[in-house]
Amino acid sequence: MIPLSWYLIFSALLFSIGLFGVLARKNAIAILMGVELMLNAVNINLVAFWRYIVPATTEGWMFVASVFVVAAAEVAVGLALVYSIYRGRRTSSADEIDLLKW
Amino acid sequence: MTPIQYFFLFTAGFTLLAALGVVTRRNVVHSALLLVVALFGVAVTFAILEAGFWAVFQVLVYIGAIAILMIFMVMLTRRNVADETYPEPFNDNMRLAFLAALLVFGGLALTIGGWDAARETMTVPLDYDALREFGRAMVSPDGYLVPFILVSVLLLAALVGAIYVAVLGNKSQEERE
Repeated sequence: MIPLSWYLIFSALLFSIGLFGVLARKNAIAILMGVELMLNAVNINLVAFWRYIVPATTEGWMFVASVFVVAAAEVAVGLALVYSIYRGRRTSSADEIDLLKW
Repeated sequence: MTPIQYFFLFTAGFTLLAALGVVTRRNVVHSALLLVVALFGVAVTFAILEAGFWAVFQVLVYIGAIAILMIFMVMLTRRNVADETYPEPFNDNMRLAFLAALLVFGGLALTIGGWDAARETMTVPLDYDALREFGRAMVSPDGYLVPFILVSVLLLAALVGAIYVAVLGNKSQEERE
């Protein structure tokens, strides 16, 4: 049997890697990928806690479903913004996107 | 060590390696493809946790939709297709970012270290249909009908907004110019 703490450590590592990606990457799409990794780490935690602590309830599943939907919405809006900026400025580097209007 | 533990360690290992690749690769297309590997590793983890529904959902939604969308966007926003050199992937705050990630992991590891070990084992065998219970709870007013509707409205609004920003917003911008 796998101890619960293994899942927690695994998801903590995944979360930290994603956080590093969000903070350190230049490309806006790579930043969104880091956010995806962080959301996945959260989902592992939710499913692991559901299975080990409260397997007879469905709250954990509702949270997982919400995270899935939020991830999809975030990626759709984020990529639309990146594409819109790319069409106007010919760049997808977050360092060069520092104006609200041009 | 039981076989399932080895299998979990193998899955976690390749998922974390792929995730490291996602955040460090110079070529963003490689990052996007490694993201597919990492997401698949998370799907396998869900399967180990006896949450087969979420494993399938992970493959369908994350790999089938989100990762493919990422790959498309990476290819749509390449400045020069013939350019084979890639810009420096990290910004100036790379060291600070590494420190921040390390601190967050340290805090999480300390918290997990103080976890009550008695609660670490699975107490109840999964002998009921969790998916059926979840489906019932999602459409019952006593369950999660309101969160379900809120989340649906959020997704609809986000998708309409995404279409506006990506297509219509640009059109009005081009007309202005």
